[in-house]
Amino acid sequence: MEVIIENLPLYWEGLLRTLFLSVVSGIIALVLGTLLAAARVSPVAALRGFSTVYVEILRNTPLTIAFFFAVVVLPRLGVTFQQFEVAAIIALSAYTAAFIAEAVRSGVNSVPLGQAEAARSIGMNFGQVLNLIILPQALRTVIPPLINILIALVKNSSVAGAFFVLELFGYGRQLANANGDQVMAVLLGVAFFYLLLTIPLGILASTVERKVAIAR
Amino acid sequence: MTSVLYDVPGPKARRVSLIGSVVGTVLILGLLAWIVMTLAQQGIFEGRRWAIFTRGDVWTLLANGLGATLSAAALAAVIAFPLGLMFCLLRISLVAWIRIPARVVLEFLRGMPVVLMMLFVLLVFGTSSFVAVVTGLVLYNTAIFAEIIRAGIQSLPKGQREAGLTIGLTSFQSRMLIELPQAVRRMMPSLVAQLVVLLKDTSLGYIVAYGELLRAVQVMADFLGNAFLFPIFFVAAAIYIVINICVSRLAIWIERRGSQKTAGGVAKAPTAVVAPELPEIREPK
Repeated sequence: MEVIIENLPLYWEGLLRTLFLSVVSGIIALVLGTLLAAARVSPVAALRGFSTVYVEILRNTPLTIAFFFAVVVLPRLGVTFQQFEVAAIIALSAYTAAFIAEAVRSGVNSVPLGQAEAARSIGMNFGQVLNLIILPQALRTVIPPLINILIALVKNSSVAGAFFVLELFGYGRQLANANGDQVMAVLLGVAFFYLLLTIPLGILASTVERKVAIAR
Repeated sequence: MTSVLYDVPGPKARRVSLIGSVVGTVLILGLLAWIVMTLAQQGIFEGRRWAIFTRGDVWTLLANGLGATLSAAALAAVIAFPLGLMFCLLRISLVAWIRIPARVVLEFLRGMPVVLMMLFVLLVFGTSSFVAVVTGLVLYNTAIFAEIIRAGIQSLPKGQREAGLTIGLTSFQSRMLIELPQAVRRMMPSLVAQLVVLLKDTSLGYIVAYGELLRAVQVMADFLGNAFLFPIFFVAAAIYIVINICVSRLAIWIERRGSQKTAGGVAKAPTAVVAPELPEIREPK
């Protein structure tokens, strides 16, 4: 127990780094994922194809492989990053974007046909239909799954700890190595801080689910 | 849905769409060409780099890695499924002092990064990395399987349980004989889709030094030299992606095939498998 209290500043720093990774990757992934979902339903065949291939490949790639690519393979191909955080954010957001794209697309598919038909019949074009009618409703229905994806993102960011980024898991590993006799306390401390992030998000997801549920 | 978003394209729209497609394709091809050029400058496409795949031992090492990946995944799935069933029963128990602890355990396991659990088992219990990987996967996936099956049970028409109780089954018998079989069959697409997640998570074994596929890549790159890193990595990633796409397709196939054996039919395969999605509760037929 003392080991946690003694190293509280390290835990705190790790928590902040984890939060930073999650928030930045989350924002990038939300934007990229929504764009991919829009491309997936667009009239332009090339965009549809690209989006489909991207989502299929990234969804079926283990995150560790994505990290290995960004951190180990890319630098040896001449793409180097000043900080490992950048590589981590690239891997996390590219990976998460695929899941967000799928969630948003399923949201688009859940909007009743009549909505799009009505919008079309009052003369809106594709962009207007999507932006003004479909996406606002679709995003609303997919908020709970999106929060679940973000919870997964927070947990997934722990993989960064194994690829030279000192976030919560990275510090935990370091502390566990330094305090061989108190490994259990150290790692339970890490677990506690992860729960501090994921459980409130989980409660938020179920609350929002009840709030935004559209009766259809 | 998608076709309702825009008119059946007329000549002008077709032309615009064609131009868009061409421009889009050119852009994507350009990007690919740039990547290929960059790779070529690094000498990635030299024959000698890929010639290693003519060597038997490279394939043996890859096969060993794949074997380690698949055996960890298979063992974890086989253990986690019955445990998931059990925890699901505890979680929906009518007795509060069983239900609430079960819920706490499940929430705890679900909120935890899998790699942390693997490291915990590895360091605290001093097990082999294989045991650590399997235990980590079992703990996490037990919680997920339990939640998926619970969602299945809750989505069954209420009449199923009522009928079971009416013909004199006890609550437990009704769960085991009436509800669970239907829930499992109904949630089969989600359960199979979760297998993809499980399979992907075995690659976390890399972090706890378990000799799975990615670790095999690293070992070979260290041994043969960095020049061979990209080709070997490329092949290993392709193996992962092909296997996972096959399992994902299986989930979709099960969903399409449907089932007449459950009152509610088969739930949709989840689109983004990161957490169990609660299925829509259908009206009893």
